[in-house]
Amino acid sequence: MKGSRILLESLKREGVEVMFGYPGGQVLPIFDSLYDSDIKFVLTRHEQGAAHAADGYARATGKAGVCLATSGPGATNLVTGIANAYMDSIPMVAITGQVKSFLIGNDAFQEADVTGITRPITKHNYLVKDIKDLARIIREAFYIASTGRPGPVLIDIPSDIQLMDAEFIWPQDVQIRSYNPNLFGHPGQIKKAAKLIAAAKKPIIYAGGGVITSGAHKELKMLAEKINAPLTWTLMGIGAFASTHELALGMLGMHGTAYANHAIMESDLIITVGARFDDRVTGRLDAFAPYAKIIHIDIDPSSISKNVNVHIPIVGDAKNILIELLKEIKKTPDTGDWLKTVEGWKKKYPLNYKDDGRLKPQFVIEQLYEATEGEAIITTEVGQNQMWAAQWYKYSAPRTFISSGGLGTMGFGLPAAIGAKVGCPERVVFDIAGDGSIQMNIQELMTCTANKINVKVAILNNGYLGMVRQWQELFYKKRYSQVGITSPDFVKLAESYGCLGILVTKKEEVRPALEKAINTDNTVLIDFRVEPEENVFPMVPAGQAINQFIGGLA
Amino acid sequence: MKHTISLLVENKFGVLARIAGLFSARGYNIASLAVSETLDPKVSYMTIVVEAKDEKILEQVKKQLNKLIDVITVTDFTKKEHVTRELILAKVNFSAKDRNKLENIFNKYVGKIVQHKGDVAIIEAVGDQEQIKALLEELDKFGVKELIRTGKLAISN
Repeated sequence: MKGSRILLESLKREGVEVMFGYPGGQVLPIFDSLYDSDIKFVLTRHEQGAAHAADGYARATGKAGVCLATSGPGATNLVTGIANAYMDSIPMVAITGQVKSFLIGNDAFQEADVTGITRPITKHNYLVKDIKDLARIIREAFYIASTGRPGPVLIDIPSDIQLMDAEFIWPQDVQIRSYNPNLFGHPGQIKKAAKLIAAAKKPIIYAGGGVITSGAHKELKMLAEKINAPLTWTLMGIGAFASTHELALGMLGMHGTAYANHAIMESDLIITVGARFDDRVTGRLDAFAPYAKIIHIDIDPSSISKNVNVHIPIVGDAKNILIELLKEIKKTPDTGDWLKTVEGWKKKYPLNYKDDGRLKPQFVIEQLYEATEGEAIITTEVGQNQMWAAQWYKYSAPRTFISSGGLGTMGFGLPAAIGAKVGCPERVVFDIAGDGSIQMNIQELMTCTANKINVKVAILNNGYLGMVRQWQELFYKKRYSQVGITSPDFVKLAESYGCLGILVTKKEEVRPALEKAINTDNTVLIDFRVEPEENVFPMVPAGQAINQFIGGLA
Repeated sequence: MKHTISLLVENKFGVLARIAGLFSARGYNIASLAVSETLDPKVSYMTIVVEAKDEKILEQVKKQLNKLIDVITVTDFTKKEHVTRELILAKVNFSAKDRNKLENIFNKYVGKIVQHKGDVAIIEAVGDQEQIKALLEELDKFGVKELIRTGKLAISN
């Protein structure tokens, strides 16, 4: 069997139903084999779009996303998307063509050292040097990408290898002696954690993306309810716990709710599940949660005590560990007074914005929540739009909030929405965008039209790179340097891409526009002309303790 | 403080680059590095000496090393008993009348004159860090023209 066919046959064995990508000179054999394959292919308009779409597909479905590009510029255009998936631990397999093996290192046309470039941003990568290794490498790549702490794996395949013949032997299992993710937590550690929980007076649960990856949201809810502890989440943890639950405190950190930040700062026990104490969460490290003991459940040993010293680390899969922990907790703490205190903060510092009759971005998202009855999959770009989407939409299920957390990639939202919609065609998918971010991958509107992928884009258009403007306003004496950004006429642009464009300038137009978008069987782009200098509050300035807020009503 | 770390790794292309990348990304210089095949030709052994100003960062590097798919084991010898050796080759100024003096030195250290041509002798010596340091001080009297070293090898005991 030819190398290119071995590749596609192997992908089928891995259950791959769809790939996102772009053809080119060094992947011609693969595309020739694809001509006869029943794997669906989504041709994006830029390779970066393909990588983000594969990422969005993975986040929405839990399955590894696959993207495919040619050598050189095709592969380097994937790089941002691969780094994005790496930072957020998303299972992805990126396949790139490479120049013929005997030309590697000769500065051949469209050559780049792609395994070299992607080494620090992949969980692992491969350069296929021998056709006999191809099937095994693909098997290993999917295994590595989707087990343990997931991440992207890249396979670089020289075009001569794609054309070589070999017997197709699909390996029955994967044997990698040095890769054995620890799935079950240490029973002794779990016992210790249960004791600490029983003795706590002010416990709080801090949940991250690991809960979603592990599928541990049910167990998380059981834990919170069993020990009656308030629960806060990271950006990546959104959807792990219902926002409307009475124990829910919303997101914590730089743009977290004031009550979540006060609660974690005053707590005496933090039960961390699948989160990694990112600097956007902890704020000033030496001032973070001074009274708290910390239990840290994480599958990645290198996350333990990386930023914050942990008292009880439990390394393993969150779901497995929570199941055992729930069994082990016999005595539950009395948290009545603590919950009253937390309730006091909730009343005193509610999430709020000034509703002065003008079109506010927060209002748009509230309306979006109501119009979609909280059932949409929301993707975001990066910046103010992302934080408002995190604060004002009430998520209740995992895999419904898809956002570039670690890398903070502008231009992620639209292609990610495409991936999510391909993975979950029955769902309404909205990209909450800014006027800056959307222009970074706007070309993917054509991908939507061409492939009949019906996504909705809500642009919170304020004429600024809003988050940078906010920082310049607050910390650089309002010296607005290169943050005013102009845009094309988005309605006309949408139309020229074959989509429906709607302009919204007034509050009362918001809901009808959203209803229209939801009920239109086409990609719809809504240009919401929102208050230009609205800020995201609460806000903790970088380097401050997370109960030191500035501005806003919080 | 200098740390000696040993690794068992898959004997494949690209492995060294992955490992070196974890140090270079943090601006850490590798002071010495020795790599070779083990009894199992599919496995290589590396001894890495690295200067770490921040123990916490080094701890993180070790965890990251462990995460690399091609790394089988990581051992930090900082708090572990071990035996170390290094091999040096040096060109020293040499004249026939110095032969006794040089050979006296090699009575104290493991080393010998490998060859001499004209007024230069190539010597080899093996020892731990202290021994090599002391030997080099003695050789200084003759004038060392060129010195190369394998870097430290470390094995647990």
